[in-house]
Amino acid sequence: MEENEIIKSENLVYTKPRLMNDNPMHYCPGCSHGVIHKLIAEVVEELGLEEKTIGISPVGCAVFAYNYIDIDWIEAAHGRAPAIATAVKRLNPSKMVFTYQGDGDLAAIGTAETIHAANRGENIVIIFVNNAIYGMTGGQMAPTTLEGMPTSTCPYGRNIALNGYPLKISNLLAQLDGTCLVTRQSVQNAAAVKKAKKALKKAFENAMNGKGTSVVEFVSTCSSGWKMTPEKANKWMEENMFPFYPLGDLKNID
Amino acid sequence: MDEEIRLMKGNEAIAHAAIRYGADGYFGYPITPQSEILETLMAEMPWEKTGMVVLQAESEVAAINMVYGGAGTGKKVMTSSSSPGVSLKQEGISYIAGAELPCLIVNVMRGGPGLGTIQPSQADYFQTVKGGGHGDYRLITLAPSSVQEMADFVGLGFDLAFKYRNPAIILADGIIGQMMEKVVLPPFHPRRTEEEIVKECPWATQGKTSNRKPNIITSLELDPAIMEENNLRFQAKYKRIEENEVRYEEYMCDDAEFLLVAFGSSARICLKVVENARKEGLKVGLLRPITLWPFPKLILQKYAGQVKGILSVELNAGQMVEDIRLAVNGKVKVEHFGRLGGIVFTPDEVLEALKNKIIK
Repeated sequence: MEENEIIKSENLVYTKPRLMNDNPMHYCPGCSHGVIHKLIAEVVEELGLEEKTIGISPVGCAVFAYNYIDIDWIEAAHGRAPAIATAVKRLNPSKMVFTYQGDGDLAAIGTAETIHAANRGENIVIIFVNNAIYGMTGGQMAPTTLEGMPTSTCPYGRNIALNGYPLKISNLLAQLDGTCLVTRQSVQNAAAVKKAKKALKKAFENAMNGKGTSVVEFVSTCSSGWKMTPEKANKWMEENMFPFYPLGDLKNID
Repeated sequence: MDEEIRLMKGNEAIAHAAIRYGADGYFGYPITPQSEILETLMAEMPWEKTGMVVLQAESEVAAINMVYGGAGTGKKVMTSSSSPGVSLKQEGISYIAGAELPCLIVNVMRGGPGLGTIQPSQADYFQTVKGGGHGDYRLITLAPSSVQEMADFVGLGFDLAFKYRNPAIILADGIIGQMMEKVVLPPFHPRRTEEEIVKECPWATQGKTSNRKPNIITSLELDPAIMEENNLRFQAKYKRIEENEVRYEEYMCDDAEFLLVAFGSSARICLKVVENARKEGLKVGLLRPITLWPFPKLILQKYAGQVKGILSVELNAGQMVEDIRLAVNGKVKVEHFGRLGGIVFTPDEVLEALKNKIIK
């Protein structure tokens, strides 16, 4: 069969979402960000929110998220995305507003902004990429770094006596009356991606229906920071991250 | 609704003026001596009258970032605080300047450094006009010396901020914030509609429509060649502001042999100093900078050729005096007189200082 015979719309089982542009991504091979970006683009398209969505990008590896998804974006200072999203949504209540934040951004420097936006029940979606490390700055310890896990600022592994405990911030956010959905997802295989997309879609629907704050945590890999091949990083995540950050809904109010 | 004459505090005038000038949002955190701004807005419930959003944030840091977000969507947004709180806002102010967003900030200054005192001061002059946050940026700085100007500068500040896509700040102090005075409040201006915002602010993140590229609000640019271009564009804008937006007031300067330079509450005290000095036969005038940046350099250069000496009168250890000296460039003697830590000078003290330091 010739190539042009194969590429026919009736044979099409998968296509890149329209909102994803052709800019080459700066993410490392095996990184979870690319898949999560794609899910956002798909959800925005499927809900018909292309002209209504405003994304708030973080400081961290996803600082350039605005280079890949063709919607309007505001680039936040480190940790401040939930405060920015608060104002964007309150001043423009008909818009769809989401933040995209890493573990350092959301659970260290931006803890106050995250907790208070969630506690006010802002009608926004907080997308939380937890790979237990600071990727962009070169692999330093994150608030979610596991006990014993080495990083460049805890080269002998996270020591609880020295660094405190890894922070299960989603569990904390689930306690707040302002959140309607707090869920932990992953994107390391097709089944997980499918599940994660469903959760993300629910989160976006919640925001548009004025139900309060939805938090979607993606337990993720950072093969460069973890110094593993993508394949090994996925396995390491399943064996080490999932037991400490178990997947599933922490809170889901219909 | 029409304009209205009221008796109120400077802080309250800011709040009423914000509603009447059609502000879309205010985000603040309580701190003395300016909490009446947030309190008045909450009591007025403008969200029921004009649709204006008012929110008490969890911190000054959050409040300025709410302003950054709101401004990014083209809305007329503002925040207020006092010195220690404004220090916390510096990160956000730098980002707002770097992303070229319009907004209004109010600093009702108190004494520092540190937690300092809740009494009035003008010690944040350097912070406001020389930077405060990181990077090469400028804030359009308006210094009110009456409750009327507190109200008027809300409108002027927003106009200048949107004209130049640059943050503007009202640099007041505890006296002007707390003092009660007659004020003519402006008539109600309607808030802009979404359509008007999209038309007037094509850069605003109002949702990407199919007829344009995505709007991206950011101060980030990793390519140094482009980042330098961005900075040169900012500098060209600052130059335009310096050429077009200098504001000041002259009082009995025509025949002055000695010049007082003072802003805000200090300038009010200096009005009395001029009056008392004239009674003694001393030809003293007052120049009151209204914009602290852009600084009224040219008029000072003019007076440098006329007067025998200049006294900069400030509630600080000598900050604006440096800009006066730069402006006159050694042509005439320039000295400073100030009181610190929340103490406010009397007219007699100032006149005494003028005699000792300048007239001799």
